[in-house]
This record gives sequence, structure tokens and C-alpha cells, in this order.
Amino acid sequence: MKRDLIDITDLSVAEIDELIAVAEDIIDHPEAYREKCRYKKLATLFYEPSTRTRLSFESAMYELGGQVIGFSEATSSSAAKGESVADTARTVSCFADIIAMRHPKEGAPLVASMKATVPVINAGDGGHHHPTQTLTDLLTIKREKGRLDSLVIGCCGDLKFGRTVHSLIGAMSRYANVRFVLISPEELRVPESVRTDLLEKQGIEYRETTSLEEAMPELDILYMTRVQRERFFNEEDYARLKDSYILTPDKLATAKWDLAILHPLPRVNEISVAVDDDPRACYFRQVLCGKFIRMALILKLLEVE
Amino acid sequence: MIIGTIVDGIVIDHIPAGRGMDLYKDLGLDKLECEVAVIKNASSGKYGKKDILKVNEVIDLNYDMLGYIDPHITVNIIRGGERMEKLHPTLPETITGVIRCKNPRCITSIEQELPHIFRLTDREKGVYRCLYCDTMGGKQ
Repeated sequence: MKRDLIDITDLSVAEIDELIAVAEDIIDHPEAYREKCRYKKLATLFYEPSTRTRLSFESAMYELGGQVIGFSEATSSSAAKGESVADTARTVSCFADIIAMRHPKEGAPLVASMKATVPVINAGDGGHHHPTQTLTDLLTIKREKGRLDSLVIGCCGDLKFGRTVHSLIGAMSRYANVRFVLISPEELRVPESVRTDLLEKQGIEYRETTSLEEAMPELDILYMTRVQRERFFNEEDYARLKDSYILTPDKLATAKWDLAILHPLPRVNEISVAVDDDPRACYFRQVLCGKFIRMALILKLLEVE
Repeated sequence: MIIGTIVDGIVIDHIPAGRGMDLYKDLGLDKLECEVAVIKNASSGKYGKKDILKVNEVIDLNYDMLGYIDPHITVNIIRGGERMEKLHPTLPETITGVIRCKNPRCITSIEQELPHIFRLTDREKGVYRCLYCDTMGGKQ
């Protein structure tokens, strides 16, 4: 039976650990993987703009020796003519061995997975899930900190619409002795579903605060996010909240020496470029991790040994 | 008030007061040819007030919908003037086409033919969430 990846919880902790192990092996022995997906095709169906995720998927497939087809905006597909996600998924299943889909509407990749005959990977659905970003984050944390348990994780910025944060909380909640500090303006707190279904139901320790400075000294990981213009219906609300948190070298003065600063990117101004040269800034190393973990995921879903 | 005795039919009892008419429509009872009685605000020892539906024919019911609306509802199946069965609908694991997702960002907001499916995520609190976007479904 085909496997899909729609939500990070579709993978067990053991499977995630296995993916991380494969990704680390790819990093160490890239030459051993260059022909693994020869004659296989990945379809990237991107209904909204993306730089990192789409190029990361495409370069992952190319580095496995496979090929890539697809579209990078809805206007260049039959979606512009009103074709349903389900019909597109069925159609593309005839051409490709695996699908990566990004869609602005929440649940679209799930609908695709129900109709496609090939594995479907959710490459981000609105403000909902973004499991491959989470896998990227986990590989980055593993490589930067050497472990995935016993960590204090600060999530900062737009925690309401920030899908990467929701997926990260879902994934990290399954490791022992992990605590969250949720730093956001009142209007952009994590949704009630994340608080009740993920954190409280599983008895995960967390606290919410509006102050990044106050939270800084206790953090092992600082996960910064962008306040996303495209998630707001109202321009005034966006303008009021977009500069809520800007990370500068001054604010890092009280941080641990081995803090790891992550960001799913793109950033606008929430991390000052002056922070980029700080060894604790991991976000560009994180981008590279994204390619390797997607290679591991494609191998797993295609059942390539 | 006197409602005729049922020989073969169904009595849906312990409906939360005020919901009887909605349920009458949602269960499609308005389309039946047989006698149907909607009793509003009947006195109830347990709940104070309740609504009751009496259907003078044994028909198939959407038990998922009944369980979703209130698991305290009881369904009595009457045959030959005797109560043959007393059923207690429970909260179903999934409900389809009973409530609609109100999240404007959900895929169901643009794809009209997708069924609105909600799954039970908290049995204790009776919480249902949209299968596609996880938005909580409100009671009708």
C-alpha cells in the first residue's frame, strides 16, 4: 500500500529517526545515492509561490538521479480552468511516481492523497501543515544539538498561522523532556487546537509569553518565524503585527552560548542580517538539511533500498 | 395533548428542547408520506424539557447525526404496538454531510463537491474537527 506524508504525525518516531539516519548517511556518502531514483519522476505541483521548498524537492530528486515535472503556480495548470485537486492528482498519477504538492487551501494535499495512486507529500497547505519543513528542522536540531530530547524550544513570531510551528510542536512533543516557550503577540497565539490536542492532551510542558527578551536565557532552540502577509485578510492587521519581534545581536546577549537559531525562511526583517555571522545562526545550514532529508523521504516513500 | 398511539414506527425521545424541528428536517422526516408528530417542550423528569419525534413507520435513521446532536437521545422501535428495541446513538467516529466547515482557508471552501467530513478528536468533550483542516465543528 502506498504511503503519503500529509501530517508529520503520519510518521512514527522510529521512522523519523530512520529518515534522519539516512539523511546523515547521504551527507556522508552522497555518491552512493546518485543513481537510486534513476527512471523515477517527481511531480512538483505548486499552487502558490515557493523558492526553498520547491527547489529543495527538485534538487533532491535530481541528486538521486531522478527527473522532475510539474508547475510552480496555479495559473500555469488546469487549476486555472477550474480543475479540482482530486482530478489533477489522478491525472498526474499517470505521469509521475511521486507527487509533492503545495496549495494555499488547507487539506488540499490530503484530498490529492485520497485520489492519487502514487505517494503524495504535503509541501505546505495554507496555514495548516508543512511536514517536510519539520523533518528539515528535526535534522537541523539533531546535527546542531546532537539530540532531539531534553530541549527547551522557543517558538517566536506568528504562531497562529505559522504552519511550520504547528508541525514542529507536533513532532517534538513526541520526544522526552521537551518543553516549549511560545512567544507571540496576543493576536498570533498558537491555535486552540494545537494547545488542546497536541500539548495539553499529551501533558507537554509549555508556557506562553509576549516577551522574547524574557524567554531568551532558558532557550536551547529559538525558532523564529515571519509574520506572513498572505495569511491576513486585513492589511491593517498585518501592518500592526509584522514588526512584533526582530532578533538583533543585542537581544542575544542573554542567550546560551550553544543556542541554535532556526528559521524556516524566507525572512523579511525578523532576524537582523547582523545576526547571520553569529555561529548560533543555523538557518542557512537548515536549508541544506532540507535537501538531504527530502532525499531520504523520497527514497522511503518510493521504497527504494 | 393527545398524540395517537403508534403500532409500527419510531419514537425519537430525549431530544434537547428546541432541536426537534431542526432534526425533523435534517433527518428528512418532512419528506415522508406517513404521519409524523413533532412534540416540543414536553416535560422531562431528567432534563426539564425535551422534544420528541414520532414517526408512524419504521424507517432507516441517520444514527450518526443523532449521536452527534446529543448522545442522550433515545430511539424506540415500535412493532405491533410494543416497544421492540431501545437504541442509544453514540458519538460516531466520523460524521459526513452533517455539519459544514466554516474555515474560509479550507479546501472545502473552493471545491463544492467535496464531502464535509468531521472526525471525533475528543470523545469526552464531544469535539469534532474537519478532516481536511482540523477546524473545530460547532453544533448545528
